[in-house]
Amino acid sequence: MRDTVTISGAISTPGGCCSAGPAASAAAERMPRMGAERWARPAEGHTSSVDLMVPAIRCAGCMRAIETGLGKLEGVTSARVNLSMRRVRVLYDPALGSVAAVMERLGELGYEARPYDAAAMADVDRDSVGRDLLVRLAVAGFAAMNVMLLSVSVWAGADAATRDLLHWISALIALPAIAFSGVPFFRSALAALSARRLNMDVPISLAVWMAAGTSLYETIHGGEHAYFDAAISLIFFLLIGRYLDHRTRASARSAAAELTAMSARAATVIGPGGARETVAIEDLAPGALVEVAPGERVPADGRVEAGTSDLDRSMVTGESNPESVGPGREVHAGMLNLSGPLRVRVAATGEATLLAEIARMIESAERGKTRYDRWADRAARVYAPGVHLVAAAAFIGWLWATGDWRLAVTIATAVLIITCPCALGLAVPAVHAVAGGRLFRRGIFLKDGGALERLAGITMVVFDKTGTLTEGRPVLASGPADDDPAWPVAAALAGVSRHPLSRALAEAAEGRGIAPAVLGEVREVPGAGVEGMLDGERVRLGLADWVGAVRGSATAVWLRAGDGDPVEFTFEDVVRADAREVCDALRARGLRLALFSGDAAGPVARVADVTGITEAHARMTPADKLAALEGLARDGVRVLMVGDGINDAPALAAAHASMSPVAASDVSRAAAGLVFTGERLEPVVFALETARMARSRALENFGMAAAYNAVAVPVALAGLVTPLIAALAMSGSSIAVTLNALRMRGAR
Amino acid sequence: MTVLGILIPVSIGLGLIGLLAFLWALRNNQYDDLEGDQARILFDEKDHPDG
Repeated sequence: MRDTVTISGAISTPGGCCSAGPAASAAAERMPRMGAERWARPAEGHTSSVDLMVPAIRCAGCMRAIETGLGKLEGVTSARVNLSMRRVRVLYDPALGSVAAVMERLGELGYEARPYDAAAMADVDRDSVGRDLLVRLAVAGFAAMNVMLLSVSVWAGADAATRDLLHWISALIALPAIAFSGVPFFRSALAALSARRLNMDVPISLAVWMAAGTSLYETIHGGEHAYFDAAISLIFFLLIGRYLDHRTRASARSAAAELTAMSARAATVIGPGGARETVAIEDLAPGALVEVAPGERVPADGRVEAGTSDLDRSMVTGESNPESVGPGREVHAGMLNLSGPLRVRVAATGEATLLAEIARMIESAERGKTRYDRWADRAARVYAPGVHLVAAAAFIGWLWATGDWRLAVTIATAVLIITCPCALGLAVPAVHAVAGGRLFRRGIFLKDGGALERLAGITMVVFDKTGTLTEGRPVLASGPADDDPAWPVAAALAGVSRHPLSRALAEAAEGRGIAPAVLGEVREVPGAGVEGMLDGERVRLGLADWVGAVRGSATAVWLRAGDGDPVEFTFEDVVRADAREVCDALRARGLRLALFSGDAAGPVARVADVTGITEAHARMTPADKLAALEGLARDGVRVLMVGDGINDAPALAAAHASMSPVAASDVSRAAAGLVFTGERLEPVVFALETARMARSRALENFGMAAAYNAVAVPVALAGLVTPLIAALAMSGSSIAVTLNALRMRGAR
Repeated sequence: MTVLGILIPVSIGLGLIGLLAFLWALRNNQYDDLEGDQARILFDEKDHPDG
């Protein structure tokens, strides 16, 4: 076992095996700990409890390191790690400890922790529907095993009084078990019938009750054949399918809820007296004054009251160039503050905000989307009426031919049991569950089976640019030669700023092995750049106008020492390493590609050129993207939309299928059918491949079920089906279908 | 065949015990952290099951 090997090493160096290193500690630093106390909840006695998500927990060593490390902390009475969920529950004495102290200790141990709303997650975690299904599944399994055991004795040759006794015991076990375990099917069948529709559960319920009813009649009259085993094992097999289906959706829901809970952020509100208070973003009142420090995202739409800075709008509009803002400028939730602290007055009317506008567009996009018929529904629509017709024909035919009511009912029941879509009920959920697991192992989260089915049928892929085809961060494109004297100065100035251009410059300098020069009086001028003193001369690194250079077309910063010639450093948003490869792979599959971006024409053309996409549109507003997608849908083009920004959310909702990177905005992740993790774009191809593979497996399963019926139905119609044959046929086809779905696990 | 009168109740009774044990475990959150529990057994000092 891999986990056990790492324990001893991990205990000696806490967090050693799993700590994500500097990245984790840097992320932990950025996490505002001030607002954390609001997640604490009173527990038994005088203690408080808090639940924290710790994504870096990977093995038993982490569990050990965290539990002992937190246990030693003052005021902590207990810390319990849940390794499967990657969470910690800490009980502490509020007089001695605090959530902030717990998070700080976790940060020291090398684990980034985030508090989350345990009450909001409780519903998802408890999964009462799943538990209910599991209880019914256990009861059905118990009853099916026992009844099958008794049936084997009957088939082995028990007769007369012994057979009647075994039938009676079977009835006593099977009938209550059917009544309890079959409830999900009976309920759904009733709902369908009251809406004057037929679904798969109608023939299921009918077959189960007719089988139970005729078997009871046979038992009372000392008959030879009883189908109790068939009735209860039918329910058992179908419940397995139901449970798999539920698991696929539940694990996706839980992943989505976790992502949302993780991104719960707090805003710093400045009270009338100047007092600072940390408030959850959902609790922000219109008219409140919030402070946005550099490196934070604007928490709500509003207007700048004081301060100047640069804002990165890529998440909101798709534009990659930062914008300078000052008092009076309108800002939107999700924009990233880069250089100086800002004070923002939250917009008074919630309805007028950009987010509310986007939410309205998502809603109308979802309403406008034609209802999608899932594979199982389509199969049921063809299948259910057929089953009833064949069973009715068998009943009428045998009644007319023999005049024997009892025989006619028995044969009609046998037809219902044989045709009953046991394999069909498992065919699709088993495929979904295996495909979902395959995607999950590659860091792709599937929202539900329907999203996978829709992905399999796409004919066109539309990409967003910033943050989707590109990494969404600037990288140095051109600068002076490596031995230029400007480099050490630029490296020193860039090192003090959090501005993404400064960071990219500092990173580039480090990559070239350049040691920063020693400067005096370094200070950052918000909205302009960084300046300092070098040998009594003022050096400036920043925007062209501020430095005194001529502004060019590229995203650039300039360095100028005193009155010397300014030196230009240009940047570009780097395209994801495998973007070209992925686009080529998609084209090779005959898919039409397009690029819809909110950015300016220049950068869009560059990315289109790199990726080879010919259909590229720049300067698109969220409404433009939505309209374009709706137009494509009207023309019958089934589009996969891949996007990350708030501006992509309506398009994601309107598209036939949709994917988002995990770093996307909350609204986009919520609107997308699949969410993928990692720096690469390759999951798009992998998910498409998996979806297509799932479709062919599902079709094969339907084919197998049809072939099985083609053989079994004539036998049943001829009245040759004994309970033994029914049991064999049913188990055989269910197992075949499940095994076929499992074939996908190992596939390349 | 009188032995059936003993054997059938015994086999059903055993099955029932298994079913009830499973339902008890489900209701008492025994399946909440399967990965954690399989590792916890390897820690040698005293465990705090409900901590």
